[in-house]
Amino acid sequence: MDEFALIMRHEDGKKVASPEQIQAWMKQTMDWIGGIAAQNKFVSGTGLPFDDAWVITTKNSKSIVTNGPFGEIKETIGGFIIVKADSVDEAVEFAKNCPVLQGEGNSMEVRKIARKD
Amino acid sequence: MDNRELIPHLFRTEFRKITSVLCKIFGIDHIEIAEDIASETFLSALETWTFNGIPANPTAWLYNVAKNKAKTYLQRNHVFKNKIASQLKQSATEAYEIEIDLSDKNITDSQLQMLFAICHPSIPKEAQVGLALRILCGFGINEIADAFLTNKETINKRLFRAREKLRTEKVKIEFPGETEINKRLETVLTTIYLLFSEGYYSESQDTVLRTDLCVEAMRLTQLLIDNEQTNLPSVNALLSLMCFHASRFDARKNENGEIVLYQDQDESLWNAELITKGMFYLHRASYGNILSTYHLEASIAYWHTIKEDSHEKWENILQLYNQLLQVAYSPIAALNRTYVLSKANSKQEAIIEAEKLSLPDNHFYFTLLGELYTGIDNNKAKQNFQKALSLAKTQTDRNTIQKKIDTI
Repeated sequence: MDEFALIMRHEDGKKVASPEQIQAWMKQTMDWIGGIAAQNKFVSGTGLPFDDAWVITTKNSKSIVTNGPFGEIKETIGGFIIVKADSVDEAVEFAKNCPVLQGEGNSMEVRKIARKD
Repeated sequence: MDNRELIPHLFRTEFRKITSVLCKIFGIDHIEIAEDIASETFLSALETWTFNGIPANPTAWLYNVAKNKAKTYLQRNHVFKNKIASQLKQSATEAYEIEIDLSDKNITDSQLQMLFAICHPSIPKEAQVGLALRILCGFGINEIADAFLTNKETINKRLFRAREKLRTEKVKIEFPGETEINKRLETVLTTIYLLFSEGYYSESQDTVLRTDLCVEAMRLTQLLIDNEQTNLPSVNALLSLMCFHASRFDARKNENGEIVLYQDQDESLWNAELITKGMFYLHRASYGNILSTYHLEASIAYWHTIKEDSHEKWENILQLYNQLLQVAYSPIAALNRTYVLSKANSKQEAIIEAEKLSLPDNHFYFTLLGELYTGIDNNKAKQNFQKALSLAKTQTDRNTIQKKIDTI
């Protein structure tokens, strides 16, 4: 069994949602993760809040630190979870059910975790 | 309390104290000697009290006799005297002059240290529970065999191997160091919880025995709470959990010994005192930054003490199960979570999720599917209940499932 990272991408992290909407997304995400955990396929995961988010780039050999992953980069990572799956297809099935996909333009990325051995 | 009740009662409360204190003096290598002396003490009580009447202070009488028996043993047994007495921790010049400290403090300390010794990570779980029942709860071999639904020989073998292990691993009867305590405590709590579950879920028909197991597990947890070093959030959470579960003890089986499902239970049979106690310890568990599985399970059990259905109740339970499964998966938690999902969200959603759980050998899985399909697709409901019926292992379970089939 392999491990896969399911990465949640938001099209535009700056979009402001209502507290009710955020609450609904949170619940759906928690239920989604709970459903994977109920199949004993959950490994770990975390959300990535936008507070204290910085982007470091290099220009003319100098580091440039900018506030937040916003600005020129429109797409942001909202969080990720790592799951166990028998195949990449199973991991993709998990990803398909992620509530983040309800948002137009949002996406999920599935990446296999490099084996340690 | 008459003679017939007094001795079993004293046996339950004093056997472990005498054994723990003596074993601490003799060392874990001679755990049977400590057990034997404690047993002989009770035999003496039976013989003496029957003819002379019960002494004014039966406990003091027992301690006195145990002390004398221990001293006599040390005097008479030359091998023991030469080989072991010389290694005794106390520096008595003569072995038989050794002071046997049966003060409250030493009794409590010895019991706690014994608990840590028995719950040593090197000893198999089943054996830990057996040893704990024997030494810390004063259960007889027959009672242990009955609780585990097995025979005396199996239990004796299991205990024998466990004692051997204590010897070969040179387990010391002492408190683990400050840095080790949390890790060791985890094993201790697992064993105590197993002890509790053994009583709570045991198929044994002996209700008194099953209740006793639960009470003993709670008493051991209380012992840890009363001790400053081990009065930690997870320990309080475990006691809280056990209080909530135990509060339903009388409601969850009917007079025929059949399981009464949660939704069918008569809540007037729930023990209000234990529920209050559970809330008290859950509150005491709510500090620090470690959220143990006991915290999550206790919180789930807390919500179950509110009989009334509400969206808030089921939503809270669902999120607690979501969290619990992330840190500690178990098939039963996965099944419960799916049932709760049907309550908090919808049956349709729960069916989709249930079909994803692959638990083809688990009769509870098919009972759940039957439950979820009832009212939505009764044919499928029946098929699943039939499948559950064919997989169920006990008559109690079969009866419960058959009732479900009959009501569709």
